[in-house]
Amino acid sequence: MSQHEPAGADARSYLDRQGAGGLWSWIGSVDHKRIGVLYLTLMVTMFWVAVTIGILMRIEQWTAGPTIMQPATYNGLFTVHGVIMIFMFVVPGLPAVFGNFFLPILIGAGDVSFPRVNLASWWFFVTGALLAVLSLFTGSGAPDTGWTFYAPYSLRTGTNVSLAVFAAFVLGMSSILTGINFITTVHRLRAPGMTWHRMPLFVWALYATGWIQVIATPIIGITLLLVIAERFFGIGVFDPAKGGDPLLYQHLFWIYSHPAVYVMIVPAMGAITEIIPTFARRTIFGYKAIAYSSLAIAAFGSIVWAHHMFTSGMGEAANLVFSLFTFIVAVPSAIKVFNWTATLYRGSIELAPPMLYALTFIFLFSLGGLTGVMQGALALNVHLHDTYFIVGHFHYVMFGGTGFAFFAALLYWFPKMFGRMYCRATAVVAWVPLFVGFNLFYFSMLVLGLMGMPRRYFDHLPQFHTGHSVATVGAFVLVLGLAIFFGNLVKALFRGERAPADPWGGRTLEWTLSSPPPVENFAAIPTITGGPYAYNPGRKA
Amino acid sequence: MSDPVHEALDHRDPEGARVGMWLFLLTEMLLFGGLFLLYAVYRGRYPHEFASAGKELSHVFGIANTFVLLTSSLSVACCLTALQKGQKRLCMTLLAVTALLAVTFLVNKWLEWGAKIHHGLYPGGPGLIGRPPGEVLFFGLYYSTTGLHGLHVLAGLIVLVVVLGLVAVDRVTPDDHVLLENAGLYWHLVDVVWIFILPLFYLTV
Repeated sequence: MSQHEPAGADARSYLDRQGAGGLWSWIGSVDHKRIGVLYLTLMVTMFWVAVTIGILMRIEQWTAGPTIMQPATYNGLFTVHGVIMIFMFVVPGLPAVFGNFFLPILIGAGDVSFPRVNLASWWFFVTGALLAVLSLFTGSGAPDTGWTFYAPYSLRTGTNVSLAVFAAFVLGMSSILTGINFITTVHRLRAPGMTWHRMPLFVWALYATGWIQVIATPIIGITLLLVIAERFFGIGVFDPAKGGDPLLYQHLFWIYSHPAVYVMIVPAMGAITEIIPTFARRTIFGYKAIAYSSLAIAAFGSIVWAHHMFTSGMGEAANLVFSLFTFIVAVPSAIKVFNWTATLYRGSIELAPPMLYALTFIFLFSLGGLTGVMQGALALNVHLHDTYFIVGHFHYVMFGGTGFAFFAALLYWFPKMFGRMYCRATAVVAWVPLFVGFNLFYFSMLVLGLMGMPRRYFDHLPQFHTGHSVATVGAFVLVLGLAIFFGNLVKALFRGERAPADPWGGRTLEWTLSSPPPVENFAAIPTITGGPYAYNPGRKA
Repeated sequence: MSDPVHEALDHRDPEGARVGMWLFLLTEMLLFGGLFLLYAVYRGRYPHEFASAGKELSHVFGIANTFVLLTSSLSVACCLTALQKGQKRLCMTLLAVTALLAVTFLVNKWLEWGAKIHHGLYPGGPGLIGRPPGEVLFFGLYYSTTGLHGLHVLAGLIVLVVVLGLVAVDRVTPDDHVLLENAGLYWHLVDVVWIFILPLFYLTV
């Protein structure tokens, strides 16, 4: 615990009423902290919408045959579940919420480089979210293509694909602007003495993420625009009836969407890298290895896209090359896992709620990562492609990985962001159904997939019944955990105890500020004299 | 908006503004890159049909528009130098010339598309029915690429006019001209993309 008076304890907090107050002082604010909170609010809302849709799908699978809906409804639901979760929760989740809130603070800056662009980026996000929701209820039915919008079906279906695709395009613009902003901020606004190798590793992760966003997102932008042009004007570039090649759609889609999964996971890894040293009371093991592995993931992650297409008929040579790269891209992720565990070794571990969730992340992400490597093997991939194994793997990485990292980061930084402490015991209680329910749910999916259950079917054969029942029970347990988790935080917002400046004994810059931080962050821009995780005196950080 | 601390940051760091603009230009190039990638694949697949379809585009329009855009890039480059030397009036004149050339380009493009559409040469149009797939794809790509480029010309035109207004009211000055510089950079990007479009579509033979 920090004994000294935090800097700016007497200053106005960013949560205090500003100007005329009211809604506009939030949705028109260019303060990176307020924008982070805006993102958090909208994202958690969209998360719950998608969770509800997910639960409806699980109820549908409770019995064979139609349970509560018809096949067309199911198609719409899994599409919308995917679109919301991917484009509105896991892709922007950590960078937009915690990146916005903490990136400037962690490098000792007053704000990001382009505060107004940052606000514009949030407004793009709102617009995209509204359009996506609108696409469900207008036109001729919710889009039913799956979140991948594969041609030629996406060109032919009569459902409201154009609007959903345009929503994804707008969300992409939001993502690009955030990426540009973060890269520029890291280059230009580091405090004096904050050299590249003194930056907290979350900043490195955000920096790598920014580059992926900037380089990959325009490709999906043009691809989605072409889908719209194809639907309205029939230009033919993806339409086999006109000489176009649908396989090219898949290539262009995955040139973005594979790197996008690293947009989802790299900042999550960055947040975990902040939490582990704090609660192990040790300097991070292998600082540079972790920093550069983020960049390595960004680099290798952009040349593995076609491993989503092993069964699409690309040809042997392409399959072999992309299989090889897929194995290689697992290496930098593994480097991080080994560094985290090495940091724990001989640490003085405090199993506080953020740490519990962070450790859970390592376990679930490792499972997700390893099942991913399995799919990199060509022979096995043919068997697993388009089965529940893929869905299970994806949820282990994206929910077990990014989702749990989001929860861990929320528990870690909540007291800083809102100046209130939640009930720690309740956070631990919530972990039990979250962990148990999660594994019941998604491990069943892995098993079902190996047995041959295809993804995106609204119905199942009798031999899959047991697996589906276990998964549905798991899903309900998981949602119970989510309810306790978020209920605890919402309660803390209003009735939580006042949080001290440094409740966890952290060493990075955000803990030198009062909780919640003052409007200007730092009364005077600090001068940095050492590494970010100064736990071991006498040892170089 | 009530917060001058954060508002002020935008103007404090011209170098940062340049970094941000170059990153943005990178994303724009990648956006067109997707179209050029499709072009490369389909031209590799249908080389003869691309060549024959390309003959139907008007060299006159293509080369006239190249001339217009290259001249506008010159004028936008000169207007920055004029402002740096403190010649506000000359800067504004050159900006107006650039904007006028942008309008000329768009009018040309309008006439060119109009002529093509008049001949039924548009996706699903009577002029393309029964043509081999390579030619259909050529025109599909032609309309997508020049259409997207045209939208960028339009966006650039709006930016130029806004900056012209800001120069007039002294919000962009010889000491604080990064906005004009960035607008110029964007305009050059529009130009560079066109430099690729011209040979790929108009000069296929």
